[in-house]
Amino acid sequence: MKTHRKTRIEIIIEAPLLNRLTDLLDRTEVGGYTILPAMAGRGEKGSWDRKGQVTDAGHMVAVVCITDPQRSDSIVEALYDLVSRHTGIVCLSEVEVIRSEKF
Amino acid sequence: MEQFIGLLAANLLSPVVLFFVLGLTAALLRSDLEVPQAVAKALALYLMLAIGFKGGAEVAAHGADLRLLASLLLGMLLSFAIPFIAFAFLRGLGLLGTTDAAAVAAHYGSISIVTFAVATDRLAALNIDYEGYMVAVAAAMETPAIVSGLWLAHRSAVAERGGNGALWREVGLNGSIVMLVGAFAIGWASGQEGLAAVSPFIVDPFQGVLCLFLLDMGLVAGRGMRGSQRQIGLRLVGFGVVMPLTSALLGAVAAAILGLSAGGAALLITLAASASYIAVPAAMRLALPEAKPSIYLTLSLGVTFPFNISLGIPLYIALGQWLA
Repeated sequence: MKTHRKTRIEIIIEAPLLNRLTDLLDRTEVGGYTILPAMAGRGEKGSWDRKGQVTDAGHMVAVVCITDPQRSDSIVEALYDLVSRHTGIVCLSEVEVIRSEKF
Repeated sequence: MEQFIGLLAANLLSPVVLFFVLGLTAALLRSDLEVPQAVAKALALYLMLAIGFKGGAEVAAHGADLRLLASLLLGMLLSFAIPFIAFAFLRGLGLLGTTDAAAVAAHYGSISIVTFAVATDRLAALNIDYEGYMVAVAAAMETPAIVSGLWLAHRSAVAERGGNGALWREVGLNGSIVMLVGAFAIGWASGQEGLAAVSPFIVDPFQGVLCLFLLDMGLVAGRGMRGSQRQIGLRLVGFGVVMPLTSALLGAVAAAILGLSAGGAALLITLAASASYIAVPAAMRLALPEAKPSIYLTLSLGVTFPFNISLGIPLYIALGQWLA
């Protein structure tokens, strides 16, 4: 089957920042995205865990979007402005998709 | 003194506080006891709905007066001013850097609605009446501290610059504030009749739900204590105890100026002495991401909250009675 090369952008970010991130993605040329809850983890500033209801401030979420490689640079630049001061990860990888027109 | 010891003993043996201790102990002993996250969120929503509704219905029954407006204004002033005192403590004693001190200060200016709920529960057990509009005062005291905390941080140019409408919209529309204010408005609009209609849901089960919620708070506080021992030294723990007592004195002055009843004064003192762990942490993550949550959450939730619900509340009730 013929596949098409695309760029997958994965963003792991603090939950309070999620609305700002999705607003930004809605304004960019990203065709769509998927939000996943992150359960627990450990990073430079220590470990975090979804357990405990008290606040979303300690939670992280993952946002995945797949886009055309030609558009990924401008999207990542916009993302950088939003997330550079915050705890989190932005990574890009090459992926193959079946339906090119969806991205 | 005798009266305070009586209040203290009754408080420490109340189911609400004992469930908190159970949760705390379970977490410290690494038990796998857990309240599912969705359940815990629903419990928090329930508590805010019940507190807000009952407060609104109370105002509908007794009417709004100038004292309500004055209490709102003085509550907001307290919330705005307390961070400056907390910041002076933290920086003056060299306990924290500017950014962390500003974030911690904002937490101590804002309020803890669960501490407020425990205080209302204790007042109900003691048959002490209080002004229903104290719920509105609680909601009004949530955010001014964020303004002062960010202003303190702005001076070192690390916080998100002012004029960011998105931040204030997110803070103002924080779920806990919307629920509390919304339920208060609904309670006010529907009055005592409305309260009677929903009473089997929001009055009778209140204490049981509070117990379950406090169990979860104990678990969260215990986990926080376990994970952040290295970040919080003894001097910071001392701050977590001295700061609420200092704020309580300010709250007592405000209550005396307002001429509140014994219960109302106890609640205003409790609000002043409590520290936020819902609205402010979220605002700090947005506007001051360099500040360490392991410090401000542990102090607020792991030190000040347990202090307030065990020793603080009986003291604040005794102070309120003395003032009245």
